[in-house]
Amino acid sequence: MGPVEFIQSADVTLSEKLLEVVYVIIGLVCIYAAVRNLRDRTNEKRVGTAVFWGVLGLLFVIGRWIPSELVGALVIVMVLPTIFRQVGAGVDKLRPTEAETAGGFEAIGTKIFIPAFSIGVVALVFALFTKISSLVGITVGVLLGMVILAVLRPKKNGPRVFLEDSRRMLDTVGPLIMLPTLLAILGATFTAAGVGDVISEIVGAVIPQGNLVVGIVVYCLGMAIFTVIMGNAFAAITVMTVGIGAPFVLSLGADPTVVGSLALTCGFCGTLMTPMAANFNIVPVAILEMGDEYGVIKKQVVPALIMLAFQIVMMIVLVAL
Amino acid sequence: MELIKLLGILIVVVGFALKWDSILTIMIAAVVTAVIAGMDPVAFLQTMGKGFVSNRNMLISVVIFLLTGTLERNGLKEAARSLMERVKNASAGLVMGAYGVFRVIFAAFNVGFGGVAGFVKPVVMPMAEAADEMDGRRISERHRDSLKGMAAGMENVAWFFGQVLFVGGSGMLLVQGTMSDLGYAVELPQLAAIQIPVAVVAVAVTTVYYFVFDRRLCRRDADELAKKSTAATDVSSAGGGAE
Repeated sequence: MGPVEFIQSADVTLSEKLLEVVYVIIGLVCIYAAVRNLRDRTNEKRVGTAVFWGVLGLLFVIGRWIPSELVGALVIVMVLPTIFRQVGAGVDKLRPTEAETAGGFEAIGTKIFIPAFSIGVVALVFALFTKISSLVGITVGVLLGMVILAVLRPKKNGPRVFLEDSRRMLDTVGPLIMLPTLLAILGATFTAAGVGDVISEIVGAVIPQGNLVVGIVVYCLGMAIFTVIMGNAFAAITVMTVGIGAPFVLSLGADPTVVGSLALTCGFCGTLMTPMAANFNIVPVAILEMGDEYGVIKKQVVPALIMLAFQIVMMIVLVAL
Repeated sequence: MELIKLLGILIVVVGFALKWDSILTIMIAAVVTAVIAGMDPVAFLQTMGKGFVSNRNMLISVVIFLLTGTLERNGLKEAARSLMERVKNASAGLVMGAYGVFRVIFAAFNVGFGGVAGFVKPVVMPMAEAADEMDGRRISERHRDSLKGMAAGMENVAWFFGQVLFVGGSGMLLVQGTMSDLGYAVELPQLAAIQIPVAVVAVAVTTVYYFVFDRRLCRRDADELAKKSTAATDVSSAGGGAE
């Protein structure tokens, strides 16, 4: 189905159509970042940076309509500049100064929380009262927040400011913004290659299939331990769910909502305990100038273990009793 | 059993442990896994392409960036600071708890204030230190380091368990996608609703733990101070006296 038929088709829900609009907006923001970086002479890596954001933006606009092998090839083109360390940012002339943010607080004060909360509130309203994807809700919330912010300080917050600030955020986060998506793609590759099956064979050799409580305990502990090893619950959830969750828990009729939701946060308990999650556990040690490299992890182990136990019990109570 | 298929996992572990470029590590793991499984190149590209298209939702943060940068420019962090500073007459443990509650509520609406570098270091830590150093007391360096660990720990706990309350956060989108690949339809608001008691317990447990921990450190500081002052009196009564 091409884009025109897609929009005209009665079989496609309004939610799906609006979602594609959201993806086009994401694409355009990325393309804006690409163009701005390409023209930024202070950025030594402007070509690589423009390729990264440009291809990403393009994939958002046309990715759905072209053959998936072409999308795959473009994903590889997109990550090449990051692999060769050719993505960077120029001199950030628009970074808000302390005087500027203090001036903003003086002018708006705590009313700033109204646009700040608008994203979450509108997303929730969409989720509860419509059949439209909450991602569309988030986008509407963002637009509403922008309008409120513009009304609060019309002279300061023109359209250009929002665009430039989003470009600034993209430059700050950089290619790491792709990490969750790439981990999900890796999970899909693992699954397609049968990694999940190997894991479930290993687990099946150790524990009996058909006992829901045992399955839940192994799945939750597996999520936490696998996350400790991989350093990221997003990398663990796909493989663990295909390998252990599906054959040992879900196939016995457990509620997939409860199981999936809690499995992820069991993984987060693993994140709290591992030096592999350097962003959360090691980088703060440097930022806060602490003496002990594991000073943050040491304060997180007890809450993480308690929460892991709590969630295992909660899952058993909700689905197995 | 084809244990060799697990090589991709090993690559991720080694790559992250040796601090290779994370995107490079993921790509190598994906390619190696595909080669071992005997996937032909076109099928591999198709898997990647489909993976990208079906996970586009995880970049919803790009839309959110349209607002967050400008919120910061208009004094969001200053407003958050003024809200936090209403917590008065508390111990450091309670300051941490207050920050946890504050952080988890805002995280549920996907509002952040700059994490450890942007908020914990400039706002939470000074408040916590001031709380334990009231009335001219001094805290030991060990105590101070512990407080830093707690502040970063509360930041992580509240953010991890709070972000899953946000309908449309990337974690739950991934869960939804994984479940739908397995043939189970799950909805985002329900996925988030299950996390409400988890988030409440997580922040409560961490607060109690840090409160008790901090109290113990305060007592130890007082003991040490008392010991030092008796030692000092001993020394001065003996007529000696450097230090």
